[in-house]
Amino acid sequence: MMPEWGTLALAVAVVLALWSSVLGLAPLRWSESMSLALIRQSTYGVWLALTVAFAVLIHALVTHDFSVVYVAKNSNTELPVMYCVAAAWGAHEGSLLLWALLLSVWAVLVWNGSHALPSRLRLRVLGVLGLVQLGFLLFTLLTSSPFERAVVAPTEGADLNPILQDPALALHPPLLYMGYVGTAVAFAFAVAAMLGGQLDQRFARWARPWVLASWVSLTLGITLGSFWAYYELGWGGWWFWDPVENASFMPWLAATALIHSLAVTEKRGLFTQWTLLLSILTFSLSLLGTFLVRSGVLVSVHSFAADPTRGLFILGLLVFYIVGALLVYALKGQALKQSGGFTETSRESFLLINNALLVTTALLILLGTLWPLILEVFKWGQISVGPPYFNVAFMIPMLPLVFLVSVGAHAAWKYGALARRQRVLGALALVALGGGSLLALSYHAPVSLLTVSGFWAGLLVIFSSAYLWWNEFRSATGVKSAALGMVIAHIGIGVFTIGVSGVSSFAIEKDVSLGVHDAVPLADYTVQFLGTHPVKGPNYDGVGGAFVVLRDATVLAQLETQKRVFHAGGSAMTHAAIHSGGGYDLFLALGEDVGQGKWSVRLQYKPLVRLIWWGGVLMALGGLWALWFRAREGRA
Amino acid sequence: MNGVIKRFWPLWLFLLLAALFAKALINIDRGVLDPHAIQSPLLNKAAPAFDLPALQNAAERVRSSDYRGRFVVFNVWGSWCVACREEHESLLKLQLERGVEIVGIDWKDDPNEAQRYLQKLGNPYRHVAVDRDGSIAINYGVYGAPESFLIAPNGVIVAKHTGPLTVEAFAQEFAPLMNAEQRR
Repeated sequence: MMPEWGTLALAVAVVLALWSSVLGLAPLRWSESMSLALIRQSTYGVWLALTVAFAVLIHALVTHDFSVVYVAKNSNTELPVMYCVAAAWGAHEGSLLLWALLLSVWAVLVWNGSHALPSRLRLRVLGVLGLVQLGFLLFTLLTSSPFERAVVAPTEGADLNPILQDPALALHPPLLYMGYVGTAVAFAFAVAAMLGGQLDQRFARWARPWVLASWVSLTLGITLGSFWAYYELGWGGWWFWDPVENASFMPWLAATALIHSLAVTEKRGLFTQWTLLLSILTFSLSLLGTFLVRSGVLVSVHSFAADPTRGLFILGLLVFYIVGALLVYALKGQALKQSGGFTETSRESFLLINNALLVTTALLILLGTLWPLILEVFKWGQISVGPPYFNVAFMIPMLPLVFLVSVGAHAAWKYGALARRQRVLGALALVALGGGSLLALSYHAPVSLLTVSGFWAGLLVIFSSAYLWWNEFRSATGVKSAALGMVIAHIGIGVFTIGVSGVSSFAIEKDVSLGVHDAVPLADYTVQFLGTHPVKGPNYDGVGGAFVVLRDATVLAQLETQKRVFHAGGSAMTHAAIHSGGGYDLFLALGEDVGQGKWSVRLQYKPLVRLIWWGGVLMALGGLWALWFRAREGRA
Repeated sequence: MNGVIKRFWPLWLFLLLAALFAKALINIDRGVLDPHAIQSPLLNKAAPAFDLPALQNAAERVRSSDYRGRFVVFNVWGSWCVACREEHESLLKLQLERGVEIVGIDWKDDPNEAQRYLQKLGNPYRHVAVDRDGSIAINYGVYGAPESFLIAPNGVIVAKHTGPLTVEAFAQEFAPLMNAEQRR
């Protein structure tokens, strides 16, 4: 009987979400305070109903209720409990429910964090969120219910996709979704502000923390996903420009641009119209991601089972929300004539360039992602757009941006004169160039101009951000703590840039076949194969390969890499072994038994690769700091 | 007029994109567009040769060249593969009812397990070749099991089916090619 309660809870959530959108957006006869009291109830109600629905799904998974189709398809009795829970977002239907649940969490947070807003605006924001909620709940209920029952219940289920059976991946989707869904809040603020004609600095002040919060989740989710791909997929890459990765990266770029343009709108009352459009764009890109993943129009390692009916439904939602918002923008989004100019070296100018570069990158990635589809639809042939395109399309706008950050963050609003800091920045640039060149040469490998530029830009951002912080600290102008968030995030950009430059210039990859006790040199290290042994896990069997890493005859690490074959489904997964030393990773993955006691093994040396994820973590920490400081400031 | 363009350009742009998506979805629905169909580069090329030990008797060999002069289906499978188990019923039907000659390529499998599998579920195969290390499957560009290849009398791969080869799939994809050849 339990699964039916899940369906019922979903239905209740649909009604309440509809009620929220009516309360928030329809012209009603009763007072605003009445509407507010009611919308509070329905906002909490949707959240409660979806929590119940989600709990029912997890209960069904944990108790192995295989009469539920979703449970039978995505779990079995051998699956550890933790992954039974994670299976709740391991496939299309369940992850859609999570999407809805997280949106309801955002709505509750918005309710609690918006007491200072004018009641009319507050109602509208929650109304728009209710409307978004309604569409996705209808989609879940009508085309993709996770509570559907099988006519005949199987005695054993299939397995959760083996690549999803990993702690990092159990966390990656919820974080990523929190970020994705969070962009709906900025969207709701923009639409609500346009409907009410409140297109001034206040709109930016209200919307900014929400954008920041969703950006932090997106950053963490993407970073975690990239780290997972690195150590679990078994081929040692950290980013593949897969359509679904792009689908999460495009909203990230747009949200990054939005954070910066909101700063201009809040501080100077400029770029208002652009900020509104960018809020819509950010949410649109995150909806687009949902569409691309779930409609089956593009092939990707991530995509869920393709289904054109679902595809049409999401496309309908996409059109409804985006066309609706853009119509509101066209009719009511014309901000007043903006006053106040700024000079070329002011912070406004730098942020304008920042926005132009970030949005250009997002659009170039969008073009690359959709290009195969465009070609196929117009029957111009089949191609796949791969890393060569994306790497260039990403780097050309982004490398200059990293340089600009180091200067732009020092520019003042309005009449930015950099003269005061020109000398120090110039000196820092020289030091960074020297440091970057030395770092590049330390790898005893051919060095390209691009590598040096990457190291240079990365170091420069770190130095100039630290200098900025030191300046603020000394001058004690009271903006100390708010600026620290930006400083940390920018240092994260620098760290990330150095990591990417290092690993893409100096990584070494070898495919060798090794017999027992064979040794191969890899960069400054030696890897020796000790042999294989059988491995037995809870729901898989496999082979383990043991290795030692040596440097000058001293043992640095003992490593074990595994090939696992999962009982249900029979798919094989490589579990790579990674030795992380100071500043480098050694990455080993066991291949096939090639006969005569030899195994094929893939060996990789990855200098500085960890900096990529540390950079992401720093960016998120910077965002968190700024959020925390704003919250404290708001309370004071 | 100027204002209309200025205000509405994001909308026009988006509608263009939405039209593209709608077209793609409609094409998928009609079966015109299949993003998952990767054209096998081996199609209309000579089937890669193999000479492998037979499953039932390791002393015997199964050679790709043994099947010239008639249509044959090379079916890549493994006892570990769930989708193959699903496919098995239709392979038996194809062999019994339509007399299709199927040669199994037992892929990365334990031969004892494979024998037990056939004893339990029935054997639709004329011969089964044991491809223990998967090197032959690599030559055939196999991504996963099951995959089936239709080989023409002249030893050329004329069709490939990824996933379980159902009776319907056989009738739609393989049978027309065989009939066309016979009429010629």
